Amino acid sequence: MLVYTLKRLGLALLVTLAVSMLSFALLYLSGDPAAAIAGETANAEDIEAVRIYYGFDRPWVVQYGEWMFNAIRGDFGTSYYFKLPVSQLVAERLSVTMLLGVCGISFALLTAVPLGVAAAVRPNSIIDRIALFLSVMGQAMPSFWFGLVLIVLFSIKLRILPPSGSDNWQNFVMPTIVLGYYAMPAIMRLTRAGMLDVLGADYVRTARAKGAGEFRVMFKHALRNAIIPVVSLAAVQMGFMLGGSIVVESIFALHGAGYLAWESIGRNDLPTVQALILVFSMFYIVFTFLSDLLNAWLDPRMRVG
Amino acid sequence: MENILSVRGLTVDIPLAAGTLHAVRGIDFDVKRGETLCVVGESGSGKSLTSLAIMGLLPKQVQRSARVLDFEGVDLQTASNRDMRKLRGNRISMIFQEPMTSLNPAYTIGDQLTEALLLHRKVPKPVARDRAIELLEKVGITAAANRMKQYPHQLSGGLRQRVMIAMALMGEPDLIIADEPTTALDVTIQAQILRLLKDLQRELNMAMILITHDLGVVARVADKVAIMYAGEMVEAGSAAEVFTAPKHPYTRGLLNCIPVPGKTAVGEHLGSIPGIVPSLIGDVAGCAFRSRCDEATAQCASDIPARISPAGHLYRCVHDYDMNQPKSGEA
Amino acid sequence: MTNTTETINTVAPKVEAEVLSGPTPRQVLLTKVLGHKGLMFGAIVLLTIFLMALFAPLLAPYDPYHQDLMHRMIPPVWDAKGSWENILGTDHLGRDYLSRLLYGARISLAIGAIAALISGIIGTSMGVAAGYFGGRVDACVTFLINVRLAMPVVLVALAVVALFGGSLQVVITVLGLLLWDRFAVVMRSATLQLRSMEYVTAAKAIGCSTKRILFSEIMPNIANSLIVIVTLEMAHAILLEAALSFLGLGVQPPTPSWGLMVSEGKQMLLFQPWMIAIPGVALFILVLAINLLGDGLRDVSAPENRN
Repeated sequence: MLVYTLKRLGLALLVTLAVSMLSFALLYLSGDPAAAIAGETANAEDIEAVRIYYGFDRPWVVQYGEWMFNAIRGDFGTSYYFKLPVSQLVAERLSVTMLLGVCGISFALLTAVPLGVAAAVRPNSIIDRIALFLSVMGQAMPSFWFGLVLIVLFSIKLRILPPSGSDNWQNFVMPTIVLGYYAMPAIMRLTRAGMLDVLGADYVRTARAKGAGEFRVMFKHALRNAIIPVVSLAAVQMGFMLGGSIVVESIFALHGAGYLAWESIGRNDLPTVQALILVFSMFYIVFTFLSDLLNAWLDPRMRVG
Repeated sequence: MENILSVRGLTVDIPLAAGTLHAVRGIDFDVKRGETLCVVGESGSGKSLTSLAIMGLLPKQVQRSARVLDFEGVDLQTASNRDMRKLRGNRISMIFQEPMTSLNPAYTIGDQLTEALLLHRKVPKPVARDRAIELLEKVGITAAANRMKQYPHQLSGGLRQRVMIAMALMGEPDLIIADEPTTALDVTIQAQILRLLKDLQRELNMAMILITHDLGVVARVADKVAIMYAGEMVEAGSAAEVFTAPKHPYTRGLLNCIPVPGKTAVGEHLGSIPGIVPSLIGDVAGCAFRSRCDEATAQCASDIPARISPAGHLYRCVHDYDMNQPKSGEA
Repeated sequence: MTNTTETINTVAPKVEAEVLSGPTPRQVLLTKVLGHKGLMFGAIVLLTIFLMALFAPLLAPYDPYHQDLMHRMIPPVWDAKGSWENILGTDHLGRDYLSRLLYGARISLAIGAIAALISGIIGTSMGVAAGYFGGRVDACVTFLINVRLAMPVVLVALAVVALFGGSLQVVITVLGLLLWDRFAVVMRSATLQLRSMEYVTAAKAIGCSTKRILFSEIMPNIANSLIVIVTLEMAHAILLEAALSFLGLGVQPPTPSWGLMVSEGKQMLLFQPWMIAIPGVALFILVLAINLLGDGLRDVSAPENRN
């Protein structure tokens, strides 16, 4: 088990390194960052001054090394726009995004898993058709449009939820739904397929032969095994949600990391954008790493390698 | 001695797109305490479905009916789901064919064993655990206390089947149904498992129904034998009777297939039964075996009654056959 | 022995006759395809949208870029203040909505198709190479896939578009370079499965070159999975472009991208909800059709893969 963990950890670190290099390189591909910062009205001298000031004249490798070295210590530089340490900015906003992400995945799991189980227990019944219908609809709906539709419905017509801001819990209801619904179809289908497989397994028959009631058979015996791939999927989806938070936060004016990302891109605030790409990636990597560990814990057969 | 299980006219029908498949077509049998009934038949004869029918574990779409389906006074036909659950694993236990997949991979052996008891008795967990260890030892598993913490994938097939047997015994059942318990195991392990089952049965005075397609198994353990073909019981009686004086052509055919060391000459053709099992979809009339039978006559196409031989065993054949006479003829 | 032969013949079940004649595999497939409701719905709707996009210049009543500030914000024909002059109304610059919708279909379909093509080529090459050659190649590709999956696509796409400037070409390129992951993953596992199949071993045994094996043995058999993934990634690309344009960092105005139209309509949410409803519904229907088509194709080619 220890060897397994270490291997996964090593891999995770390598991936992080590669992502950081890519995100660093990406932002210098477009051309001259100095020109972008200096603005359209700047002349050659100004641009050169900017370049020297920010250190863009040094070799690429040096710049990356310095940035990475600082990043490991939590220093992502200073925001061009806010003139504040980027790490401070990100830390402030991150809690909102994390909260949103947790709510979103919880919403997705709490709706999709029971629906998937119900659909598997009664295949081709009404509930199965409803579940499949919802999943097909969910996958086709653009998230930004769904968000606007919810605003029209709940904020404008029904007036029960606030359309924007991040003051209290009601602000999080619609964003949670919009963020979570996109993960629902995949989770529902995987749960359903997994349950269908497992319900036909021999050990489920054994459980029934022992005199176990249907609930125990379904949850203790069947779901316990069927849920294993869903855990991995949920972790991956949670990672994606951070990316999706950009759209959701900007529609609902939630001041989270996603919103910050969008604003920073618009303002060419390179350090912030770089830091955010790295932070978002790290979360994805951490989530998948944790889900691998959770998987190994859930499935005793995985603990060997 | 009283019958623990009485079955009369058990039928199992499976609705298919092409029509209704009559998988089990009216079978009768009894089992007494301490007695082993072997149900013999080839694939598709309906023997496994019979055991699932008794336990009430048939899939939803499959229909079961019987004139009598009585277990120690409980009518299994009308018993509610709750009542059936109280019986399963408690007074009637079942052992399945595939030990490799019959245990839940996510839980330890100990967990699954104690569950078998705790589902039916309100005893403290340590008591259940002790009983599990006791039974593991009884089925011949050494270092039982350590085994309790292991997972199914850490055990071999033979060991897993022993665990299944132990699990079946946790509730101290009156009747054990074993559906081809040794088919998936090595020949050497087979013998051990069979002896184990027989010993346990004697010790605990249980009734046992053992389903198999292997006549060798039958010879080793059976008190009574029931031969099933195409959903019907074509011959049934004491093992000694049926083997020495088989009355049904199918039984005779089966016995002929077995080479006997000493009797079967080198180079001699092994017996075989030509043809295939007929389709059981839709109405089936007359003897299902007649397409493969040497003795078939026009009479075989109509209803075959169950007849009782002078020695007391049942058979469904309109012809009489005496093993010692070379040719057949009307009685 | 009595009349055994006759008895057996009258009694034996007739099974042989039907096996030799019957529908060809192609006919069976066609029946399955035509009978699958989702697939047919998806295919028909997609075809309709494609034709609408193709013939947009003929079908559109007005020039989608033509502004008419005297006739701004006219509601669609079903509203009291609407008229048949502008069936779907006009936007905040007086441009006819129906015309913009039709030309917007071109944008969505083009982006979907080309991005899926680019990412398909990249991902399939990587996946098949990884699955077929195994070893270092596989380790390398798997690593790249993990790196790509770790990157927040929306964020990276936004950043790149912001830096290179928003335009149709940039968006298509970025999406094409980012969406290859599922191709790689699925093609890799499909190839892995096939590689161990006996007919590949047989081909190797008779001395087929690697290239030949790849093209004649492996490719035809992963084609099923490939087609399904193409549809899924097409839908993915369309939704992503719409999101990017909505956020202002995709296709730039005045190009009639449906995502952009939703963004422009966002300002008038309170009073003219149709401005976001119409392009939103259009996106929804397009993506739905593509998804249903993909699911249907997966069902008819290998129903056991429903997952």
